[in-house]
Amino acid sequence: MPWAGETPAEGDKVEGTPEGRRVVITGIGVVAPGGIGRKQYWELLTAGRTATRTISLFDASPFRSRVAAECDFDPLAAGLSRRQIRQWDRTTQFAVVAGREALEDSGILGQTAPYRTGVMMGTACGSTMSLDSEYALVSDEGKSWQVDEFHGSPYLYDYFVPSSMAAELAWIVEAEGPVGVVSTGCTSGVDVLGHSADLIREGQADVILTGASDAAISPITVACFDAIKATTARNDAPETASRPFDRTRNGFVLGEGCAVFVLEELEHARLRDAHIYAEVSGHASRCNAYSMTGLNDQGLEMADAITAALDMARFDPAVIDYVNAHGSATKQNDRHETDALKRSLGSHAYDIPVSSIKSMIGHSLGAVGALETAACAMALEHAVVPPTANLTEPDPDCDLDYVPLTAREHKVDAILSVASGFGGFQSALVLNKPERRAV
Amino acid sequence: MTATGVQTRPVITGIGIVAPNGMSTDDYWSAVLRGDSGIRRITRFDPSSYPAAIAGEIPEYDPAGLLPNRLLPQTDRMTRLALIAAQEALRDADADPAEMPPFACGVVTSASAGGFEFGQKELQALWSQGGKFVSAYQSFAWFYPVNTGQISIRHGMRGPGSAIVAEGAGGLDAIAKARRHLRAGTSLMVTGGVDGSLSPWSWLCILRSGRISTSSDPHSAFVPFDRRARGAVVGEGGALFVMEDPDRAAERGAAHRYGEVLGYGTTFDPRPGTGRPPGLRRAVELALAEARTEPSDIDVVFADAAGSPELDLVEAETIASVFGPRGVPVTATKTLTGRLLAGGAPLDVATALLSMRDGVIPATVHVDSPAYEDLLDLVRDVPREQRVSTALVLARGEGGYNSALVVRKAT
Repeated sequence: MPWAGETPAEGDKVEGTPEGRRVVITGIGVVAPGGIGRKQYWELLTAGRTATRTISLFDASPFRSRVAAECDFDPLAAGLSRRQIRQWDRTTQFAVVAGREALEDSGILGQTAPYRTGVMMGTACGSTMSLDSEYALVSDEGKSWQVDEFHGSPYLYDYFVPSSMAAELAWIVEAEGPVGVVSTGCTSGVDVLGHSADLIREGQADVILTGASDAAISPITVACFDAIKATTARNDAPETASRPFDRTRNGFVLGEGCAVFVLEELEHARLRDAHIYAEVSGHASRCNAYSMTGLNDQGLEMADAITAALDMARFDPAVIDYVNAHGSATKQNDRHETDALKRSLGSHAYDIPVSSIKSMIGHSLGAVGALETAACAMALEHAVVPPTANLTEPDPDCDLDYVPLTAREHKVDAILSVASGFGGFQSALVLNKPERRAV
Repeated sequence: MTATGVQTRPVITGIGIVAPNGMSTDDYWSAVLRGDSGIRRITRFDPSSYPAAIAGEIPEYDPAGLLPNRLLPQTDRMTRLALIAAQEALRDADADPAEMPPFACGVVTSASAGGFEFGQKELQALWSQGGKFVSAYQSFAWFYPVNTGQISIRHGMRGPGSAIVAEGAGGLDAIAKARRHLRAGTSLMVTGGVDGSLSPWSWLCILRSGRISTSSDPHSAFVPFDRRARGAVVGEGGALFVMEDPDRAAERGAAHRYGEVLGYGTTFDPRPGTGRPPGLRRAVELALAEARTEPSDIDVVFADAAGSPELDLVEAETIASVFGPRGVPVTATKTLTGRLLAGGAPLDVATALLSMRDGVIPATVHVDSPAYEDLLDLVRDVPREQRVSTALVLARGEGGYNSALVVRKAT
């Protein structure tokens, strides 16, 4: 039967049926605090090392929270040209570097037809860092509301619209199918994967370069989280400042980074003998319709997102053997999330490891859901679950197995990853080994 | 998707419009039929120091009665407009999501750059006074999914929520995503897009796109498909819809059934220099194929109408190649509003639905020297009364985005 997006053009054979089309990750690229590249990233996570430090990207001394997880990123060394560095915001630079790694990892270049290839990127903050510094320039450091049209970057429009990031990647991968940006604040990285998987299942594309990028460690971002005390002020101990599920935690640590995946229709991947990391089998999002920044008590919406994502994957809760937590290290989140996991998974929530890698890489806003997905894919691959660092004094209200301090060898076949963010968005993503799911 | 695998056809049951030439569906539609333009000299800030000074600016309005006071300090102008449109759409549909099952209703909107006027105020506070003067609302008031979040909160919509950014094409992508949620089991979605946050800072960024007309004459600044075309005029506003699963809509006795989204296609242009053709034609073909509609079944095309000679030519050739030279009536009612960034394509969808309802194709204005008369049957200056059952809406976004949507009058 025909379906949306079916195109007979270019003689490209479309495998499967829309009902039967399954979606897998065949390439991973990462730019993360503590290391560029997926291997360094996995080493950091499994060593339980933290990458949270005093902010060095700008002088943060006037601010309440002065801790962040920054990427040690040298764009020239990472292969970008001087022109690209001048033109692209750091968010796009991350996306291109991680995108290239994912493409190389999957070996997909030249093996996919442009019409059947797409790009979908997530971001919470777009080119905030460039917009912040450019504003200082064109407004004479805030002296003039009438900004000066003779100053500022020639690339301001690219910073204005985050869709410019997806467009750059589309040219790299020669995508002429669906291209765009999904933005849902701090759930962007999870939601963009769900959206991309939908597009492939539906038949709109066979391959989508997808992921999320954020690089917003800049004065405006730090100031706006200071204003609502969402970030920690543990400035005297930056290495241990991100403390999800710990009794002493008092806010998140701002991070930055990017993960990009080659997402591919399963038969398309098998036909070219691609290495398959994981299947993306379920996703759902819910709005809490409660507050742009706050969470209500019971975690009903997150629980429903989890249940709906499991339904989509046709998994019983008992199939899940690891939960990658949102674990932002705000008191409100950690309790809300713990309640939502118990509500949706039942007593099984107590039987499986639940960890937050934000303890090590901070909270990179829209990007972090993609970075967490990369960690999940590698957990499936290596049968190791990354820990929750800094968890030395468990919050008595958070009573699940949060894998404190050290990584754990643990055979993992199916993973739930959850995300929660401003706007009231609550999302869940299900990943598994393809053989775990008989369809 | 139903058990038989047949795709359901979600139906649009409510429309809300905020536009430079009308702050409700009725006001906008009568302005469009009269040919009243909302393009004028900018009043929200002094534009005299910039090379362009006109826009489709929404005039000052009194938010009392339209919005609760408590929302004013935490919302950008764009979000207030979106909340007004969402409320109109839900009232039009006579639907109250708060009374429906908990997760039955969701929101997907399109965005381009977020609440930039709000963002400029906070950047100004940061740089002139210091971080302590930045608003507690900045963290979400500017961000891309702010309209989705605020609509969901105001109306108690706890189902799927998202925002799509694809510059001027994103509005159609958002509608397609909302339709996907309906097919997956959600009962009702609010979708579409309202955009526009004019301030000196957003204006400077928009000018740097290099696509903006520098004419100061509101009647000739934005003349797509005209030999004098010299760029676009941007504007504020857009449209939001209530779209429902057809069975759920019937069960609750929805008052209106404006139309069905029958087909959708989206493509991206190849990198320049590859010699490959632009993607707009393929977006049209994908939308028609999904709609199982022949070109001859399309009664009108709502054009993207970029207003620059190169882009207009691509669109004129695309339409002529699919429908034949002068093969279908084409209109660009955005000549009355300017290009509303992420809100423009949803407004065109709304205009198409109203066109079907009333059996009239609204006119393109200000195009006095048509450049592609051999290719395009452009409906100019006066509306054309004719039956409209099926319409094609085209939208493009800077960078290479193309989307196309086929809507059909509900039966």
